[in-house]
Amino acid sequence: MTVDMSQFYEVFFEEAAEHLASMESLLLKLDINAPDPDELNAVFRAAHSIKGGSGTFGFTDMTGVTHILENLLDKIRKGELALRQEMIDVFLEAGDVLKGQLDAHRSGGAGVDETTVAHVCAVLAQLASEDTAPVAAPPPSVTPRQGRTRFHLAFKRVAKAKLENLLRELAGNGDLKVQEESGNENLSIMLDTSLSETDLLEMIQYVVSLKQVVLATGEIDPTEFAREAFGFFEGNPGAPEEAPVAEEGDGFGLFISPAELKSQQEADDGFGLFDDAPGMEQIKQVAAAAPSKPLAAAPGKTPMPTATNAEGSSIRVSVEKVDQLINLVGELVITQAMLAQTTANVDPALYEVLLNSVSQLERNTRDLQESVMSIRMMPISFVFSRFPRVVRDVATKLGKQVELRTIGEGTELDKGLIEKIADPLTHLVRNSLDHGIETPEKRIAAGKDPKGTLTLRASHQGGNIVIEVSDDGGGLSRERILAKAKEKDIPVSDSITDQEVWLLIFAPGFSTAEVVTDVSGRGVGMDVVKRNIEGMGGRVELDSKTGVGTTVTIRLPLTLAILDGMSVAVGDEIFIIPLNYIIESLQPAERDVKTVASEGRVVNVRGEYLPLMALHSLFNIKPKTRDPSKGILVVIESDGAKAALLVDELVGQHQVVIKSLETNFRKVRGISAATIMGDGKVALILDMAALVRMARG
Amino acid sequence: MSEISPSANQADNDAGREFLTFTLGAEEYGIDILKVQEIRGYDAVTHIANTPEFIKGVINLRGVIVPIVDLRIKFNLGTAEYNPFTVVIILNVAGRVIGIVVDGVSDVTILGPEQIKPPPEMASTLDTRYLQGLGAKDDRMIILVDIESLLMSPDLELIDA
Repeated sequence: MTVDMSQFYEVFFEEAAEHLASMESLLLKLDINAPDPDELNAVFRAAHSIKGGSGTFGFTDMTGVTHILENLLDKIRKGELALRQEMIDVFLEAGDVLKGQLDAHRSGGAGVDETTVAHVCAVLAQLASEDTAPVAAPPPSVTPRQGRTRFHLAFKRVAKAKLENLLRELAGNGDLKVQEESGNENLSIMLDTSLSETDLLEMIQYVVSLKQVVLATGEIDPTEFAREAFGFFEGNPGAPEEAPVAEEGDGFGLFISPAELKSQQEADDGFGLFDDAPGMEQIKQVAAAAPSKPLAAAPGKTPMPTATNAEGSSIRVSVEKVDQLINLVGELVITQAMLAQTTANVDPALYEVLLNSVSQLERNTRDLQESVMSIRMMPISFVFSRFPRVVRDVATKLGKQVELRTIGEGTELDKGLIEKIADPLTHLVRNSLDHGIETPEKRIAAGKDPKGTLTLRASHQGGNIVIEVSDDGGGLSRERILAKAKEKDIPVSDSITDQEVWLLIFAPGFSTAEVVTDVSGRGVGMDVVKRNIEGMGGRVELDSKTGVGTTVTIRLPLTLAILDGMSVAVGDEIFIIPLNYIIESLQPAERDVKTVASEGRVVNVRGEYLPLMALHSLFNIKPKTRDPSKGILVVIESDGAKAALLVDELVGQHQVVIKSLETNFRKVRGISAATIMGDGKVALILDMAALVRMARG
Repeated sequence: MSEISPSANQADNDAGREFLTFTLGAEEYGIDILKVQEIRGYDAVTHIANTPEFIKGVINLRGVIVPIVDLRIKFNLGTAEYNPFTVVIILNVAGRVIGIVVDGVSDVTILGPEQIKPPPEMASTLDTRYLQGLGAKDDRMIILVDIESLLMSPDLELIDA
């Protein structure tokens, strides 16, 4: 019965990462003076789940750390210890250690530095051992071998052949000692393992009915255990099946010999871990003095099932499967549109039923498409949740006081974007903390609240998601940026607008470290941020006011798979212009179109002269008209610059499914992707930024 | 040129290999049948601007965007006419789906190793690099093309340089 565990590793890694993330965010939210018991329980559950999972998969290093972490958490949640700031600190540190260990298991790389692990464990253990209040509930204790539990198991009337596999399996999970064989069919074993009791029982359950097993934990004399365990069987011939189950009622159907009351009490803490740790004697005394509680009431056992129930409302599906589904629905939408187009020509009187069905199909496909697209949508809180920690750490390091405000965490966007936006956002947040928000002294001198505010705000605006990172810090200095630009030989004039000045910090290599003191370093990596965001089809804007603060605004499409577009016709061809580039469309009067140096044309749009690009000449198509006053001008904005694009006519507005041209072909200048129209034909999606560049030369 | 391509099926090698033969102008060409996905008519091609003339554009093949190349234009063979008999061979090469326009598909021919002669050294628009050999069957001469390396060559501008 050798189960290949490695196939489940990925699931564990993902779950553990999620648990760690939720643990961190919960810890940061905790009110030190009045911690919410529910939240403490949630933290505890997260730690417990990681422990259980890592134990099952044999990642003993993680089990060890979580175990000690759990001990301290358990005391806090039981009210035996008061929560203190240093505890939160060490919890966060432990979280980092676990994250490191998890990464190491995941990528097979080197683990976390042993001394760090040991240090964190020592601090945790020390905090846990402090002034334990002598309360009734027996406190958990530390095993000498981290994360390992000693289980005693007695198997009654089980065929040996059946057990052999199980024993091999158990031996693979810890140190197994077969204690004695009494008679032919009775066997008792001692197992030191990192498995939790639940996991262990699950393993056993595959092979042996739990009714034939007696289990106890801890330091018990094995011989005595065996004697009493089997004595129990023998003393109650036929009876054990019902009686103990009724007695325990814990749902596992395990029973513990009443004679082993001591161990039952010890098991009471729900983890059943104990050993001769320092201070164990005292603990045991406490336990012995305490009134025995029925095992069924042990609260520690519940966390696992509860957590599972909460997750029961969701399932884990690979992104590929979802993408495949999205693709298929995209095809369905196209097929539906083709069908609609074909049936548009039939006689409604003759084909009423057909037409009704077709319109029903249209509604259904639209609903289907919407629901399928929403599968990939995730709230941006997945990204925002990492920032409380970043802000806390960076602010502490810099000696600044910063309050983080997040607004609109529920705003949803595509999972692919969530993953990609995290790094640029972190960069922006760190920049704001490092260079935007001033030290408390400076702030007081400037007449501001010593505590700076960093605001993360997400919202939907049309087909876009807008994410703002704003601080109330010192703002950018126009003069210094201009001076730096000149030093860097970037062509600038003193008369450019503020907006254009701010954009300079996104220029590659615009490292401002020494010169622009207020904003030192703001240029470092900002070009990377901009490039990343543009790579996602988004835009970055920056607004700043000296002494008041800086706001960086990121605009992103909601999803990478679908685009809102305007279809335009030139000659016989149809092109799609992404809607977020379009400002307006107009038909100019003849007198508004002028030439510059006899070739470049410009158009006057309400007093603003915009360069005029003719799509037909960029793409060498024979148009229906070359006269702007007979065609349509689409005013677009790309990279902060406006231009007018001449097309023959506007066809309509669509949501189009983006299909890469590069799958079977290659990149084409001026084209970002392709899509399939309702008639089954391919239409090309224009790459506005590239077109503007093409038009410029 | 008895060793043809590593993708050749060993079992087929003894009995000969199967080639799909087609005509371009007056010439008869053959390509490895295993590279062929399907054969369809020529229609609804969306032209792509600023690409060479032999790249006709892209089509929607059941939701997949497939580029179409007209080999007749590329190799100056016959007149590039598009009529109801014009055929597009959809190929699966190097993990990509690409269509080629030909005048007509003839048949599937089995050629034994002894029927495949090495290509002569000569200058032609079709580089001898892309020739696997000349197949002789009865009185036909079939020009055997290594279609994968031909389509992936930089000349055809089908992939990013």
